[in-house]
Amino acid sequence: MKKISLSSILSQLLLLFFVIVWLIPTFGLFISSLRDKDLLAISGWWTALTTTEINEIYRMSGMEAQIEEDGYFKIKGTLFEENSGKKIESFGINSKKINEFMIGDIAIFKNESEVILDQDGNYEWRSKSEFQNKKGKRLFTTSLSPPSFTFENYREVLFKEGIGRAFVNTMAVALPSTLIPLIICSFFAYSLTWMKFFGRDTLLAIIIASLVVPLQMSLIPILSIYNDFGALFGVAAKSYPGVWMAHTGFGLASTTFLLRNFLKSLPNEMMEAAKVDGASHYDIFLRIIIPLSIPAFASIFILQFLWCWNDLLVGLVFLDQVPSEIILTAKLKELLGSRGENWEILTTGAFVSMTVPLFIFFALQRYFIRGLVAGSVKG
Amino acid sequence: MYDDVFIHLKDRSKEDEVADINVNTVNKYFGDVHVIKDISLDIKSQSFTVLVGPSGCGKSTMLRMIAGLEDINSGTISIDGQVVNDLPPKQRNIAMVFQSYALYPHMTVFDNMAFGLKLEKRSKDEINERVNEAARILQIEDYLLRKPKQLSGGQRQRVAIGRAITRKPKVFLFDEPLSNLDAALRVQMRVELAKLHNELDATMIYVTHDQTEAMTLADDIVVLDTGIVSQKGSPLELYDKPNNMFVGGFIGSPKMNFMPSKILSKSADSTEVDIMGMSKISVPKLSASSSEGDAVTLGIRPEHLVVNGDSDGSWESKVFVVEKLGDVTYLYLEKDGEPLVAEAEGHSDIKVGDTVKVGFPAGRCQLFDSSNQAFK
Amino acid sequence: MTILNLLFIVFLGILFFIAYFHISNYLLDSYGGKSVKRYNIENSIRVIVFIAPAFIVLFVFILYPVFETIRLSFYDKFGREFVGLYNYKWAVNDPEFRRSILNNLVWLLVVPTLSTFFGLVIANLADRIWWGSIAKSIIFMPMAISFVGAGVIWKFIYEYRGPDNTQIGLLNSIIVSLGYEPQAWLTIPIWNNFFLMAIMIWIQTGLALVIFSAALRSIPKEMLEAARIDGASELKIFFSIIIPYLEQTILVIWTLITIIVLRIFDIIFAMTNGEWQTGVLANLMYDWMFRGGGDSGRGSVLAIVIMIGVIPILAWNLYKHRQEQKI
Repeated sequence: MKKISLSSILSQLLLLFFVIVWLIPTFGLFISSLRDKDLLAISGWWTALTTTEINEIYRMSGMEAQIEEDGYFKIKGTLFEENSGKKIESFGINSKKINEFMIGDIAIFKNESEVILDQDGNYEWRSKSEFQNKKGKRLFTTSLSPPSFTFENYREVLFKEGIGRAFVNTMAVALPSTLIPLIICSFFAYSLTWMKFFGRDTLLAIIIASLVVPLQMSLIPILSIYNDFGALFGVAAKSYPGVWMAHTGFGLASTTFLLRNFLKSLPNEMMEAAKVDGASHYDIFLRIIIPLSIPAFASIFILQFLWCWNDLLVGLVFLDQVPSEIILTAKLKELLGSRGENWEILTTGAFVSMTVPLFIFFALQRYFIRGLVAGSVKG
Repeated sequence: MYDDVFIHLKDRSKEDEVADINVNTVNKYFGDVHVIKDISLDIKSQSFTVLVGPSGCGKSTMLRMIAGLEDINSGTISIDGQVVNDLPPKQRNIAMVFQSYALYPHMTVFDNMAFGLKLEKRSKDEINERVNEAARILQIEDYLLRKPKQLSGGQRQRVAIGRAITRKPKVFLFDEPLSNLDAALRVQMRVELAKLHNELDATMIYVTHDQTEAMTLADDIVVLDTGIVSQKGSPLELYDKPNNMFVGGFIGSPKMNFMPSKILSKSADSTEVDIMGMSKISVPKLSASSSEGDAVTLGIRPEHLVVNGDSDGSWESKVFVVEKLGDVTYLYLEKDGEPLVAEAEGHSDIKVGDTVKVGFPAGRCQLFDSSNQAFK
Repeated sequence: MTILNLLFIVFLGILFFIAYFHISNYLLDSYGGKSVKRYNIENSIRVIVFIAPAFIVLFVFILYPVFETIRLSFYDKFGREFVGLYNYKWAVNDPEFRRSILNNLVWLLVVPTLSTFFGLVIANLADRIWWGSIAKSIIFMPMAISFVGAGVIWKFIYEYRGPDNTQIGLLNSIIVSLGYEPQAWLTIPIWNNFFLMAIMIWIQTGLALVIFSAALRSIPKEMLEAARIDGASELKIFFSIIIPYLEQTILVIWTLITIIVLRIFDIIFAMTNGEWQTGVLANLMYDWMFRGGGDSGRGSVLAIVIMIGVIPILAWNLYKHRQEQKI
């Protein structure tokens, strides 16, 4: 018994509006990353979705390609790449009059050579006398281009611009930076929940306070610790283990807090049953806590992993900006500065950096949301 | 160096006389709250002892201290002659069944029951044998490969008991194990627990707030009230001779009726009291601490009130509610604002609004003095 | 460093922590439990084994730095000589600092408020429409993207070409098709701040949305049905039942986003690098960490100013925690 009321239509429209506004920026980036880089620079990405009229300049082949046939010297060839899908509407031989000829017309150059063109871009250029120029003449075409997409940008960005390596580097930062806090915080949260010791409540209060301490408070002292450490032992001050530990430090409070909230929700009697069964704390941890915490671990893993993957500041401060250490976000920022006009690199690079988060988002959205909601209970 | 062994042997030699579990002037505080006050208890080997009392009386805390799940502030608890105050649960040779069953949700029934044995690093064959044996006793052989959430409440309860049985402990501890079951299942499990006790010959300590469970299961009942032992004895001792008003009121269902009364006179073997100015009766009980004119409370169980029949003292009362249960009928009577419950025969034709004659035989009632202690 | 080497140290790093816990606990398990004395020793050591790594990290990366940063704020740029309140005086008189504080305040005012508002509205709309969960997914998606990635996405939207060229930025393209002049949005002072904030709102609305959705689901259906039976309109129900019911959630989301906004750095760093008067405290601080070889005194002052922003929230959290502990 559904009734279609005005208010229901209005709310549907309003929601649709929000959805479109929220979707368009990412969608535009995605489309752009799949476009030909020359088209990308001269037309908006939205034009790529429909058949569009485009004007292009092509040069025909030079004298090497000529053959003698029926008393003519001929140069045959095609303007477009295979399967471009473009259809020529009109063409010209002069930049002033680019629409001078229609398909089927014979265009005659000043040197009396003539050219015919079909709509798929195949041309036949013939002359009574032998062609003398190394370079062919230019043709100006106006054609209808269907939507066309290419992975060329991705190939370029992954292997030539260093984004591929930055991807690996980011993984090498994010994975340990997620797993290490998960390991040490699960023991920490366990002891805060199920063990009795002096100062437990104080420790818990410190964790809660640390939840909101901005990481800016830690940057300068830790950087100087790392510098001293590096100088003392003659190792690099900026290193992967350094970043892992920094991320571990900054994620420690929230990871512990979330895990403790989860552990607290496990029934006390189950732990006691295990104790009566003769389990040590480590037995309980391995055989009971870990199997039961898998969903909580998944949520926390996702939150911390995304945080580390998406981080810029920590990677900027604690890693050298060299190809073997630079992370994706820092690389993107670098490209924004140096290749600001090369949108095919920027859009594709940005999209590469988003693949992992988006994969996690679509595959594990349930755990992601659960983690966020659990974390927000207190914040 | 041999002292430990020696003491141990000495205790073993007296095993027959010595209680299996000995609780000696134990105290427990939760913060400022004194929950267990100087409790001493002897629990006999192979007995079924029930700790009963209202919520907050300290019965669960007592059990958990025996289990080793709570620290003891002062006093000692010994099991089999050995002081266990500082021993972890696993070294006390006990097993415990929890109110919420406390099964491991990610393990199968088999693994739940085998968990303790695996931790003891028993051989595979032994684990199989013991688990299957327990499963056979509890008739859960068909469910061994299921997870707890695929089981009904009653089946989970059996698994929880099975987990205790497989470890072959000297002492079984039950913490309100039946309180999460529905009424019919509770009765059934009660019978099975009694059977189990006969089969296993182990010491069992059972905590409940339900006096029916206590009465039906126990060899010995320990009634706890706000951290002290109110009375300890066999079910019928507690029923017939409650030490005080608390035990009188707690044991028996429906509750014992209490009526304000006054001592008229004392003789060598009885005390004559006046019940709310309606009736006089001479009760064959005595108390040295009370004298003529003292206010006392007379207690009489509903099943001992005689309706429209011969009795020692009697008066007239109006019926305001009638509950017909088939086998018996409970009449709710009122006299001067004091409610009374009386038991009548199952097919009684007494109706609401009727006036009935109520009385009781003098030998059946109890008297309690102003500090709620019973007359002997 | 080759990729193979990198994989190796990643593996080693993770293995180290697993090995630490496993070996120490294994030793404890085989040591303890043989006598009361050993049992007690085992228990005390076990607590230390469980806590030590996390506590050391907590101490080195949070506790010590907080006090060290406070100390450094009273020292010169190398952290060697005591200079009293010099750095603070510098900050108060620095126009860049004042600009950053002002920008931060505007960010704090606008972003949490609008994100929370949009989140609440969308959660309510989506709750009653059959395709609502798809809509929620789409609006939530920016939460997964990095701030820098979002920066690129939006820079593309704000892209500016001279008036004679085809506009490839969506915003300018719309403006031009309506007959106006294209604008270089990110370089117009004051307004450019709002274009940057739009990015943050675009991201954080998703956070508010999912938390509100969860909270909405927790409203007892009976309560809403009772209100409908009493004849309340949907709008009335929204304002007099749902909003008051979500009061606590609104507060939580608002503080959550406030904390995130307070340390906002990436978006501005990537989009404008603080130019055209868009700088905020975190950017200024990053700047002073490295400007002229780095000035730890001024950097620390800026960090402390950010910290002061969260102190009320910190105090509130601790207060709430203590209330809970009492129960």
